[in-house]
Parts: sequence; structure tokens; C-alpha cells
Amino acid sequence: MYCPKKDVRLAVMILFPLLALLFLFIYGFIIWSLRVSFTDWNGILPNMTWVGLNNYKLLFASQRFQTDLRNTFFFTLFFIAICIIGGFFLSYLLYSKLKGESFLRTIYLFPLSLSFVVTGVLWRWIFSPEVGLNSLLRMIGFKAEFGWFTSTHSIGGFNVALIALIIAATWQYMGYTMAMFLAGLRGIPDQLIESAQIDGAGEFAIIRKIILPIIKPITFSAMIVLGHVSLKIFDLAYAMTGKGPAFVTDFPGLFMFETTFRGNHYAEGAAISIMMLILVAVVIVPYLYLTFKGED
Amino acid sequence: MKTGTISKIIKYALAIFAVLCFLFPLYIVVNNSLKPFSEVRISEMWLPAQNPSLEGFIEAFSKLSQNMKNSFLLVIPVCIFSIVFGSVLGFIFAKVKFRFSNVLFALVVFGMFIPYQSILIPLVRSMNAIQLYGKLSGLIVTHIVYGLPISSLMFRNYYAKIPDELVEAGMIDGLRLWGVFTKIVIPISLPTMVVVLIWQFTSVWNDFLFAVVLTQRPSIQPITVALQNLAGTQVIEWNVQMAGALIAALPTLFVYIFLGKYFIQGLLSGSVKG
Repeated sequence: MYCPKKDVRLAVMILFPLLALLFLFIYGFIIWSLRVSFTDWNGILPNMTWVGLNNYKLLFASQRFQTDLRNTFFFTLFFIAICIIGGFFLSYLLYSKLKGESFLRTIYLFPLSLSFVVTGVLWRWIFSPEVGLNSLLRMIGFKAEFGWFTSTHSIGGFNVALIALIIAATWQYMGYTMAMFLAGLRGIPDQLIESAQIDGAGEFAIIRKIILPIIKPITFSAMIVLGHVSLKIFDLAYAMTGKGPAFVTDFPGLFMFETTFRGNHYAEGAAISIMMLILVAVVIVPYLYLTFKGED
Repeated sequence: MKTGTISKIIKYALAIFAVLCFLFPLYIVVNNSLKPFSEVRISEMWLPAQNPSLEGFIEAFSKLSQNMKNSFLLVIPVCIFSIVFGSVLGFIFAKVKFRFSNVLFALVVFGMFIPYQSILIPLVRSMNAIQLYGKLSGLIVTHIVYGLPISSLMFRNYYAKIPDELVEAGMIDGLRLWGVFTKIVIPISLPTMVVVLIWQFTSVWNDFLFAVVLTQRPSIQPITVALQNLAGTQVIEWNVQMAGALIAALPTLFVYIFLGKYFIQGLLSGSVKG
């Protein structure tokens, strides 16, 4: 767009203080955290003695952080997979012009408007081993002894206690992928589907040949957004389970919070937070690069 | 898409089954929040309340009303400033081309994806230094700053769709850039203002991490922190906890039910592309 030089200068002058403040709070603070993570500040008083990568070495050697990384991996994997498959399924149901569609959509989406703390409080009771689902199963005659989020069972590194958290998180976020897919499906021209039907294509053929290819780029965006939610997960685990016995439901976000604000181990906490940032950046930076590269 | 009758029936069955799955936790929370204390028994969480009473709600509200007020005092200024600053930033990034504007904007957007843990220690130190730590005003400033990336992204995506000719025509009529912004662009920004308003309202209301770190005194804590404290103590009966969860959820649920269209719009713009 054409814009006189004088006006561009004005725009930059307005922009400058806002961006300076924002970048100080984002990048300035990240560098500050990074600096803290290289020090020996492990008490209430700041101690900026340089210890190099020592905090990171201790971190990777600790049982808790190894468990956290494993939990994050499995939680992210199942969270994304179930949200995508379930979300597609729901969006396809709505796309099939069912009656009461807007009612259905409202129901599938409402958990998204809730706080993770509310979700956590709710589902903690549902999965609580004494009062929750177990008591329902007992009522109808089953011998329900599964510990849910207190179970210390592990299958190939996957702590089964995570199942309760995964169910709660997918309950909350499946509507999100549904909304994204539905927006994509609405963009398919009706004629395209109709002419395929005239050519004798069945429902599954249409899904495979027309719908899935259109859905693919949306799936990618959805994975990125869900991925960064699950890599940062904190509130839900904090409210619902806490770190659990033997850290079965622990995540880096919880570890960082407890280490820093309950234990005053600032340097160690900073190191955990930098690791979290790296995990998220690995996913987000290429995504932003691809998004903004094409413009201009 | 038109499909056969049998497939329609199956789809209705599945859709209704999904509705039940989504509503089932809501049944638990409403049902148990309506039980009087005398009915709260471990084995009967699933049974409908025999003598519904507002006992739980009254107790939960008396414990949470101050925090609810705090949440409103927090959310309202954050929403206003998010709209003001977000629209200015969004407009400049959408319509004024200068060197590195794209790179700068990508750096802004990255700010909405970072795990906030990675800025928490410096944030607490800084808030302490400017004497805003432990005050609601400190939490307000924090949410305004970290809400800027998403609000300016939403405005930028909207302004990018305004034809350049409209802005240029304003300039030919003798308006400067600022005049174009206030006289032409702002009057047509209402839909996006509503989207940003709802988005910020929901996400700031629901925030827990900043709130729990920056506010220590119970009297100034927002409702999410108070709910967590209420639910974290084992002595509190679960009818009160469930009622508390429902009270904390009501404002955002209302917004969602009555302004759902804008809520979904905000949701979809969270994936960067407009």
C-alpha cells in the first residue's frame, strides 16, 4: 500500500515504545532466565555465581525430569491423536447436515470455554479411586480396583495414570479440532461432492479422495496448536492430580513451579523453563517461519 | 452432503452418544452441587440429588464472591487495553510497510506460544522492583503485555482484508495515516473488537499460572486460584467444591453460549493464519 514517508515515520514512532516493552517482557526476560539458569542461585537471595551448564547436567540426571519428559511425550502423543481423530469424526457428523446441528456444535465446544482448573477439579472427582467411576462400576457389580491417576503401573514407559489426564484434556480440546475441521469442510463446494456422488462414489470414497486431502493442511495447524498446549501443560495437572506418586503425573511445568516458587531453587527452575521453551520452539519456530516466509 | 437413511440413523446415534459423553461431567457437577451436606456420601456421587438444596452454592459463593469481584476487576481493564493497543499494532503491521516489518511481526507472534514459565522468574523480580508484585495492578499489566501478541494478530488478520484502496482514498481526501485509522478503520473494526474482547475475557478469566505466581494474599486472588485453594483442602465437602467450580465457570460459559460465534472466530484465529 502507498503510504507517505512522513506517515511511515509516525507509525514507527508509535510502534517503537509498544514493541520495546513487549520485546523486553518476552526476549529480555527469556535471556534473563537463561542467565539465571547458568548460575548457582538456589536460595532466596540472588547468587549469580556462574556454574555453566551444571544445572542442566543435574536436571538430565534427575529421575524426576526424565519421567517428566517421558510423560510429556506420551501425553502429547495421545492428546493430539485423540483430538484429531475424534475432532474429525465430530466435524464430519456435523457436516452431514444433521438436525439440531447448532445445538450439537454448542455441546461439543462448551468445555473449551472453561478454565483448566475447573476441568481439573471436576475430573479429579470422577477419577478419584474411592468415589469416582470405580464406585459406579462397583454399584453395577464389577470389582473396580484400578487406581486411575494414582496408579503406578507403567507400560513400556507409559505411566497409565496419565490416562485420566488425557481423557480430561481431550474432553476439553476435542471441540477445538472439530471447529477447525468444520471450517475446512464448509469450504468444500457442494458441486464437487454432488458430482462425485453422481459418478457413483460412495461415502467412504468421498471421504478418502476429496475430504481427507482438503483436511490435511488443517490437521497440520491443529497439531501445532495442540502440541504447544500439551508441551506447556500445567494448570490441568496441578488442579487434577499434582505430581502423583513417583511422579506418574508430573510434567516440566509442575516441576518448574514447585522447584522455583515452593523450593526457591531459582537456577534449577530457570533451567527447566528454558528446556520447556526449547521444546516449544522446536515446534513453533518452523511453523512461524513457513507462515511468514510466504508473505510480502 | 446428502447420504442414505441407514447412515443417517447411525450418525444420529453417534452424535447423541457424543453429546452424552460431553455432558456427563456436567451432570456430575450440577447434581452434586445441588446436594445438601447430609446427602454427600462416597458411594452416592452418581445418584441424583434426593432433596436438592442451594446449601453448597451459598457456602461456595460466600467463600468465592470476593475473588469473583477480583477477577472482574482484572479482566475489564485488560480487555480495554488489549483492544486499544491490539488495534494500533494490528493496523500498523497490516497496512504500513517498512523494513523488517514481517520479521518483527513474527517475533511478536512467537510471544503467544512461549511457555510462560520461561519468563516467570524475571517477571516476579521486575514486578517486585516496580512495587507491583502481589497487587492486582501487577497482574493486570502482565496480562495486557502478554495478551498483545494474540490481540494484534487478530486485528492484523482482519485489517489485511480491508482493501488498500479504501485507506488510500482516505489519504487522497487529505487524511493522514492517523486520521485514516480513527475515521475510517476504527468504525469498521467492531466485529474484531468483539472477538478480541471475548478471547481476552475468557483467557484472562481462566488463567491460573500468572495469578498463582503474582498474587499471594487470598483477598486479591482471582477466582481460579481461590477455586484451586478451595478444592485443594480435603476438609471441604465436595458439594461445595462442585458448586464453586460451577460458579467459577459461569461467566465464561455465559459468554460462550450467547456470543459463541465470536468465540469460535477467536479460536480459529489462534492458529496464526486469519
